[in-house]
Amino acid sequence: MLNYIIRRVLYAIPILIGVNLLTFLLFFMVNSPDDIARSQLGAKQISPQQITAWKVKRGYDKPLFYNAETKEEGVLASLTDTLFVKESLALFIFDFGFSDAGRNIATDIKQRMWPSLQIALPSFIIGLTTNISLALLIVLFRGSVLDTTTMIIAVMIMSISGLFYIIAGQVLFSKLWHWFPISGFESGIGGIKFVILPVLIGVFGGIGSGVRWYRSLFLEQINQDYVRTARAKGLTELRVLFGHVLPNGMLPILTGVVVVLPSLFMGSLIMESFFGIPGLGSYTIDAINAQDFSIVKSMVFLGAVLYIIGLLLTDISYTLFDPRVKLS
Amino acid sequence: MKQLLLSLLLLLLANTLSAGVWNSPHNTDQPSENILFTSFSSPVKHLDPVISYNSAEWGIIGQIYEPPLQYNYLKRPYVLEPATLTAMPEVHYLDKNGQTVDVTSKNIAFSEYIFHLRDDIRFQPHPSFVKDTEGRQRYAKLTGDELDDITSLDDFALNDSRLLQANDYIYAIKRMAVRQNHSPILDSMMAYIIGLKDYSKDITNKVKALKKDKKIVDLRSSEISGIKQLDPLTFSIRIKGVYPQFLYWMSMNFFAPIPWEADLFYQQAGLKEKNLTLDSFPVGTGPYYLAENNPNKQMRLVANPNFHTELYPSLSPEEQKASGVPDEMLVDSGKPMPFIKEVIYSLEKESIPLWNKFLQGYYDSSGIASEAFDQTINISTTGAMGLSPEMEKRGITLRSAIVPSIYYMAFNMVDPVVGGYSESNQKLRQAISIAIHYEEYISIFRNDRGIAAQGPIPPGIFGYDDSLAGHNNYVYDSVEGKSERKPIAYAKQLLTEAGYPNGTSSKTGKPLTIHYDATSAGPDQRAQLDWMRKQFKKLGILLVIRNSDYNRFQDKIRNGSTQMFMWGWNADYPDPENFLFLLYGGNAAVDTGGSGINSSNYKNPEFDRLFDQMNTMENSPERLAIIQQMLEIARKDSPWIWGFHPKSLGLYHHWFGNAWPNQMANNTMKYKRIDDKKRRDLQSQWNQPVLLPIIVFFILIIGIIYPLLRAYRKRQAFVIQTQ
Repeated sequence: MLNYIIRRVLYAIPILIGVNLLTFLLFFMVNSPDDIARSQLGAKQISPQQITAWKVKRGYDKPLFYNAETKEEGVLASLTDTLFVKESLALFIFDFGFSDAGRNIATDIKQRMWPSLQIALPSFIIGLTTNISLALLIVLFRGSVLDTTTMIIAVMIMSISGLFYIIAGQVLFSKLWHWFPISGFESGIGGIKFVILPVLIGVFGGIGSGVRWYRSLFLEQINQDYVRTARAKGLTELRVLFGHVLPNGMLPILTGVVVVLPSLFMGSLIMESFFGIPGLGSYTIDAINAQDFSIVKSMVFLGAVLYIIGLLLTDISYTLFDPRVKLS
Repeated sequence: MKQLLLSLLLLLLANTLSAGVWNSPHNTDQPSENILFTSFSSPVKHLDPVISYNSAEWGIIGQIYEPPLQYNYLKRPYVLEPATLTAMPEVHYLDKNGQTVDVTSKNIAFSEYIFHLRDDIRFQPHPSFVKDTEGRQRYAKLTGDELDDITSLDDFALNDSRLLQANDYIYAIKRMAVRQNHSPILDSMMAYIIGLKDYSKDITNKVKALKKDKKIVDLRSSEISGIKQLDPLTFSIRIKGVYPQFLYWMSMNFFAPIPWEADLFYQQAGLKEKNLTLDSFPVGTGPYYLAENNPNKQMRLVANPNFHTELYPSLSPEEQKASGVPDEMLVDSGKPMPFIKEVIYSLEKESIPLWNKFLQGYYDSSGIASEAFDQTINISTTGAMGLSPEMEKRGITLRSAIVPSIYYMAFNMVDPVVGGYSESNQKLRQAISIAIHYEEYISIFRNDRGIAAQGPIPPGIFGYDDSLAGHNNYVYDSVEGKSERKPIAYAKQLLTEAGYPNGTSSKTGKPLTIHYDATSAGPDQRAQLDWMRKQFKKLGILLVIRNSDYNRFQDKIRNGSTQMFMWGWNADYPDPENFLFLLYGGNAAVDTGGSGINSSNYKNPEFDRLFDQMNTMENSPERLAIIQQMLEIARKDSPWIWGFHPKSLGLYHHWFGNAWPNQMANNTMKYKRIDDKKRRDLQSQWNQPVLLPIIVFFILIIGIIYPLLRAYRKRQAFVIQTQ
């Protein structure tokens, strides 16, 4: 397995270079270094000297991919003395440097991942439990009115934008019934009141797709021979579901679950924005709006790394839950 | 374990219930304290006064730093007064040999301003001022071990302070001169302050070398030739020629004092790594200091224990009448400020949560989002704005003010179709100016929050004339003592005279097509653009919208490759020069490599000549006469469709006192007050949790579970029976 992991880590390097290259291309297609300088300087009148000084200080005075000025020092120098290489190399040792506004990105990420987790983790755990429980309940009453009604409701929940749930939740639970703060954030035990509503909304918004998917997984299992055998042995339907169907249905669920685990750090873009949660989701959105390339590239890179880790964990988890699977 | 969880839950429940209200976004005890709650809409990037040029940032910096001058909070028109000075600065006029001459002299080469500081002003407590037993800065060279324990300024065991000195202001100007600090006004100030340009060049190179060697930059040993410390509490600034507007600059944060100790302290790499910089934790003498800076969540200002004595302003009855100040604004006259102990700014990116929190009493003041306008404001048949009954019932106060800003639609004067200075060119632009019905625009798209502009100068600025005589005669007629937009038939006639009868070129026979550059894409903006097309259609002109992102839009304006576009300007200071220079030929964007502020590239020699004359004058009838001439020239040439001046509306709960709109001042927090008892009582009254839905919810759950349980049991029993 160690060889497999090492190979996957090595595979990740060209993927990350590619992701970084794409980020560079896409970002600089829309924003030139002069645009970034103007945006960061933010003054009404910006002189060319100010722009030049800013670019020199931040390293944006270098060409993106090829530096013709260093041609005499060789092709390698021309390729390495560029913005792309300068900005990318540091990322691979997780040195994110400073944002274009001058803040330490690593410090910001360390601070902001906790609020993201404070929302994402309970949403994930409660959401998963709720979805599996509801799916099992529906499977228990499969073919009944409950099954049909729940599926219609699930499709309806899926069809409505998540933004609606946020606004409706804020209006209903905060504005009209005065149960929770409309938005805000506190860390620690005092912050529970801020977490409940976004978590509830997150869980509710995910019920539609989650329940439908898990239901279909469990239904696949319910007609298998081993289930029939379990029933024939006289087990109750609940014991059949929890003792046999659930463990066997967990393997495909794991595929979807483990892969998103590392991404929980990255937060939710809309949820954090509407609930005033100072997490990494809003960090990314703010950086895009502020044309802060240093943060954007760091967050894209981090997202890619976490996704790769997620995929790797999924593969490893297969071997843990299904002894037939061997990584080689 | 179960018991522990249960105890925790009970504790949480008890805590929540004891708070009285469940939905408070604040800590339990905060509303009962003298704290003002307000918000900011996007993360604050810069709090370094030399760098920041953003109104949201100034709203915070203004409470911490004290430039030498400030605007009187209540008086209108806006008047400067000393902030840290004993009196307004003395000004001496000098000839090229440095000899004093009279203000009327034609030999004035320099103006010298002398600033006398008060002797009782101290900086806020800060670790950078702490000295060791040998008199050196205690925290100037932090070791790795010391840095390990530091994550915020609260982690420093000691704080100290010192008196404000003239050198602190000089040090701030030196910092401005360092190119690497990116001061947005450096180039503007170089044109005025003697020696600043040479100093900047020199110090920028020195700083570059020092930074390369990773050394600390100490600006104390270098001097700017035009700035001198005359004694510890007095300094002078010598500027080129006569520039009365210079004093307005001295009320801005760019000229706020910076203690050298703080500058050196924050240059330590270890602190920068932890985001502890002068850009994030300012050190000032103002009424508040920044106790918490989490730009992604909350900024917290706390009253500066070292703040000097400053009393709430008083007005004579004549001044009160002239400024339109109500009596309740003068209740605190003569009392020491600040009144509020703490100010908490919370990040609110979305307008809906912000608005709802205001209605719940968790924010003390608010603007009005478009979506909440109808709920908030009633407009009478005469067009007067008032609060809706719902708002009045809550005791909310509405205060409105015309913002010293202008949103205009510019013609690119170097464009061959819409530009040019011939009579036909003028008539084309005048015709379009009449057709675009800005009163309608304000009504539809701004909820009547604005007034149609008659020229570049907004109300409240010297040179603005609200009478009929001050109206734009090229767009409006005077009918029975009222100003009325000229009929569209007249606009069509002008268009015909311009060579475009019914919107068709008489030379080519082709319909006139004008390109309008915009940056908008949302549904609201699309409606505005559709409206704009219809305005041009009145004249038979086809308007083609060219949408682009803001960066490309700016590029087009810098290059002069536009025909028409909409842009705006906010006053830096309340002087007509700050608006008329937007039309000064020397500032034309295409002639200045894009850095000029005259984006329409308007160049009229007579206008420019009058501008040069008016620019150096104090406000007087002579200056007014020149301004009126300039306005007449500009209106005739019509390089802009004058657009509108926005109106700001502010809502305040009735526990919020002394809230008086001041569009120029940034340091207004010290004047405001809160009745925290009233606030807490009303918050409690307005936010009692509604419990009925909880009961209904539980009944519903039981109602669903019970039949399911029965159905399951029945099914199990049936299976057993069958078996």
